[in-house]
Amino acid sequence: MSLHALLVAPFADFGFMRRALIACFALALGSGPIGILLMLRRMSLVGDAMSHAVLPGAAVGFLVSGLSLPAMGIGGVVAGLAVALLSGLVSRSTSLREDASFASFYLTSLALGVLIVSLRGSSVDLLHVLFGSILAIDNAALILVGAITSVTLLTLAVIYRPLIAECFDPGFLRAVSGRGHLYHLLFLLLVVLNLVAGFQALGTLMAVGLMMLPAAVAQLWVRGMPALFAVSIATACISGYAGLVISYHQGLASGPTIILVAGGLYVLSLLAAPSGAFRRLLPRRHFAKRMLP
Amino acid sequence: MSAAPISLKNLTVAYDRHAAVHHVSGTFAPGSMTAIVGPNGAGKSTLLKALIGEKAIASGAIDRGGLALASVGYLPQVAEIDRTFPLSVADIVLLGAWRQGGAFGQVSRAMRERGRDALATVGLEGFGARPIGSLSSGQFRRVLFARLLLQDAEVILLDEPFAAIDTRTTDDLLRLIDLWHTQSRTVIAVLHDFDQVRAHFPQTLLIARELIAWGDTASAMSPENLLRARAMSENWDEAPEFCDDGHRHVA
Repeated sequence: MSLHALLVAPFADFGFMRRALIACFALALGSGPIGILLMLRRMSLVGDAMSHAVLPGAAVGFLVSGLSLPAMGIGGVVAGLAVALLSGLVSRSTSLREDASFASFYLTSLALGVLIVSLRGSSVDLLHVLFGSILAIDNAALILVGAITSVTLLTLAVIYRPLIAECFDPGFLRAVSGRGHLYHLLFLLLVVLNLVAGFQALGTLMAVGLMMLPAAVAQLWVRGMPALFAVSIATACISGYAGLVISYHQGLASGPTIILVAGGLYVLSLLAAPSGAFRRLLPRRHFAKRMLP
Repeated sequence: MSAAPISLKNLTVAYDRHAAVHHVSGTFAPGSMTAIVGPNGAGKSTLLKALIGEKAIASGAIDRGGLALASVGYLPQVAEIDRTFPLSVADIVLLGAWRQGGAFGQVSRAMRERGRDALATVGLEGFGARPIGSLSSGQFRRVLFARLLLQDAEVILLDEPFAAIDTRTTDDLLRLIDLWHTQSRTVIAVLHDFDQVRAHFPQTLLIARELIAWGDTASAMSPENLLRARAMSENWDEAPEFCDDGHRHVA
């Protein structure tokens, strides 16, 4: 099999593969930076919780209009935001910490979602909602994903400074501007939007995979915000492309394959990256003198 | 520089109804330099957090005399900041220019210039591009002081500014604090080193949840007062009576 047939032909020959690839790249552009920010805010698992929380909203959308991405997407955004807001409210007004209240809400939310889907749909529908089907992405879905990515990148560019400041030293931002919660809220909205975008492609359970795995990979390789964003996006793009190629040739389900490729890159990074496990075990030469600034 | 005094009026701040700061009244005069001293758990940090509006007041009031919170510079305890965060030294220092640049404004050349000057003042010339993760804890404290310099605040609150740093860094930073004092900024610092307090701080607020003494350092830090402070911090009542002033907090 020629290299062309291996790497290019699937996309040259089939429209659905092209759409899947573009969707992956769009997802990577939005989810990469969001994943890094989630990790820096020590909210890695909150992303996971939110992805589950999206389910009942999507399920209601599914009940109302069947497998339509816009309806399920809107439902997902509403449900995800509701859980995020409620968790924030609970952690501020009770002694429960935010992660504990997130866990309580998302589990309730997930159970409700599965119940709603099982009320009407078959188990095939449930599988579709839980695990997505990137190869069935149509033009409408593609436009939705692209729009969410655009909104994400533009919003991040605008609120970048206060968002990072709020991440690094929330007390300071509260003192100088007093609007820290607003940026936190906007950020949570972006998280939910990106989960909804990843939802059609990878399903509710794995949408968060394209956020957190590339972010973890980036943290192992580089320091500094721009580099972290770049490596995270690149890792997500590579995972999307390689995952699609492998799933096409081997006849595997595309969503899990994409996430598994990302997982593979993570394991590789664990071994090979500068801050990974393997390098630490090897004796490394150190500098003779302190580095000058 | 600072016009209005900051007054505490019968201030009580509580955690889960246990008062950490209990019925404290008094005034920080404009341009004064006050050390807050007391045993661990005496409510020193809590008092600072109430002053910057981060901790809600249970009863009483703080009158900042029209001073905007944005013109209060605050140095948090270092444990509250993640020093592995992937930002450069210059990024942190330039946060101090927030009042000029705001959330969206441009970082002007003049701001960068001031940032470089501030870094030079704290003895970290040319450190701007270094990631904060590569700094020692003393150097990181200097960076936070550079941010305070850039903030140009009328009132400066420092929470244990010299915890776990060496004497040379401490001396350098103390000089900065003295400079702020001569510029008539109001300085309030939580400190543990009594000799340091006696040498540099004219005013002292001695607290052990309740106010023990507030005034000239020499008289506030008398042996009797210090003994009382220690004794009060040692009796913690699990199920105390409610305070009889009709408010929700307990004694």
